[in-house]
Amino acid sequence: MLAFIIKRLANAVFVMLSVTFLAFVIFSAVGDPVDQMLNEQATQQQRDDLRERLGLDKPFMMQFGTFVGRAAQGDFGISFRNQRDVLDMIAERFPATFELVLVATFISLIVGVPMGVITAIRRTAWYSEAMQFTSIIGISLPSFVVGIGLILVFSVWLGWFPAFGRGETVDLGWWTTGLLTPSGRMSIVLPALSLSLFQITLVMRLVRAEMLEVLRSDFIKFARARGIPARSIHFRHALRNCLMPVVTMTAMQIGGLIAFALVTETVFQWPGMGLLFIQAVTFVDVPIMAAYLCIVALIFVILNTIVDMTYAVIDPRLRGAEK
Amino acid sequence: MTEQTTPSKMPSRLERFRDSDLWWSFKSHKSAVGAAIVLGLVILTAFMAPLLSPQNPYDLAALELWNAELPPIWMEGGQMPFLLGTDVQGRDILSGILYGTRISIIIGIASVAVSLFVGIGLGLMAGYYGGWIDNVLMRIGDVLLSIPIVLVAILVSSVAQQFLPPAFREAGVAAVLVLAIAMYSWVQYARVVRAQTMVERRKEYVMASRLVGTPARRLMINHILPNTLTPIFVAATLNFGLAILIEATLSFLGVGMPPNQPSLGTLIRVGNQYLFSGSWWIVLFPSVQLCILVVAVNMLGDWLRDALNPKLR
Repeated sequence: MLAFIIKRLANAVFVMLSVTFLAFVIFSAVGDPVDQMLNEQATQQQRDDLRERLGLDKPFMMQFGTFVGRAAQGDFGISFRNQRDVLDMIAERFPATFELVLVATFISLIVGVPMGVITAIRRTAWYSEAMQFTSIIGISLPSFVVGIGLILVFSVWLGWFPAFGRGETVDLGWWTTGLLTPSGRMSIVLPALSLSLFQITLVMRLVRAEMLEVLRSDFIKFARARGIPARSIHFRHALRNCLMPVVTMTAMQIGGLIAFALVTETVFQWPGMGLLFIQAVTFVDVPIMAAYLCIVALIFVILNTIVDMTYAVIDPRLRGAEK
Repeated sequence: MTEQTTPSKMPSRLERFRDSDLWWSFKSHKSAVGAAIVLGLVILTAFMAPLLSPQNPYDLAALELWNAELPPIWMEGGQMPFLLGTDVQGRDILSGILYGTRISIIIGIASVAVSLFVGIGLGLMAGYYGGWIDNVLMRIGDVLLSIPIVLVAILVSSVAQQFLPPAFREAGVAAVLVLAIAMYSWVQYARVVRAQTMVERRKEYVMASRLVGTPARRLMINHILPNTLTPIFVAATLNFGLAILIEATLSFLGVGMPPNQPSLGTLIRVGNQYLFSGSWWIVLFPSVQLCILVVAVNMLGDWLRDALNPKLR
């Protein structure tokens, strides 16, 4: 067991190092940030000063070493464009992204699980087939098109919800939340909905597949024979046995959602990390791009490792499976 | 699979196909037939764009500013020949969509082809030789899969575009996008082919072939590869839809096709700026076309997955 945990952790560290290296190699090759930060009249002296201040005058591997060392301490340097500490900039954007992802996950469970149960119980009913059909469409629709569609209908035509921004936020010191103000709650509806659509279809398909499997098993037949009402069989006995994979998938998908939120954030001008990243891409603001990549990869890797380990704790067969 | 009616004549390929399980399953799936027809129409109209569209959207001389922001033909103020209206530069929306679809489809096909080529090649090598080749390749795959796909594609495409010399920038962007998308999806093919190859490698026919002295490359391509193709076929269809989606997303985010060679994603990006000025048609019609295209591809892929799955027969 210990060997397994160590192996998993070593793997996670390896992945993180590779990602950091990838980020560093690509970004150190991108243009000269000094040219973009100073105007054409800047003297050579000013250029050299800036170059030294950003650490761009050192050799490649040295720069990478410093980069990793600093990144491990949470120091990603200062933004080329804003001249501010990168981690601060990301940290103040993080709550927005996290709230969005959290609400989207919540919506996807609330909507997806019942849909999955219904389509599994009433397999041939017209509404089940309709839901199955819609789920293919839900998986196919590009998330930004969904977002634009929602804005067009609910903001431009009906005027029910705001189309961009986060509304008023409350500052809790270390966290800013939009969930405590009415305008903040109204603002999160459309982005969260558009982010969760894909998730809903995933949850629904997973619950359906699991339910179909469980409903065929012996203990369900036995429960039926005992005369337990169908409702109780479906929701208390069967559904409970399907929830484990749903929980793991939801946990693993949160990393993906945080990354994917950048598309939603761009559509709704939601002031999260993703929007910061996309703006940084436009201005080739390397430190922000690098920091964002590393942080998202870190969240991703941590979640995957935790899920893997939990599985190994629950299911001893998996411990041997890893060579 | 096939039944010979006359012993003297082998049925032709077409006849054999029409007699196969696959064709029968296709015919009995209404949604698959529908999706195939829609997809066929979309592809056909996209590739006949120069013949069908009333205007060449790349020809700046053909644009007239007094035609700008015309609504679709069925609304008040709509004008022939602009069936779906025009954008702010007086560009015909329908023509833009047809040409844009063509770009989206070409990028989708090209990226699937590149990733198939790379993925199958590396997967065969990893599965056949094993050892360090296998280790290195699969590790690279692990790392790639541990970063979300949108991020990989955005990074590769935005960074690679910085490297393009200005003269190649127009032609190069599409190639960069193809690579950015293929970067990620080859891993999936490589994993499938590798797993299957490791199974096939130990079978007797491979052993026999090796004993007669078949060179490794021929053995891999002519003997092992055909046995790994079924799952690859399904994955490639679904990835074609995914590739179109990613290309559209990148273009929408501004790291994809530039506005002078718009793909569907670029058209949506441009149209999105006029969402609040009331010109909803600039963004709506390209979005609808993109959805139709991807939904059709995915429905076909979905059907194919079920049809080729021996467990579901």
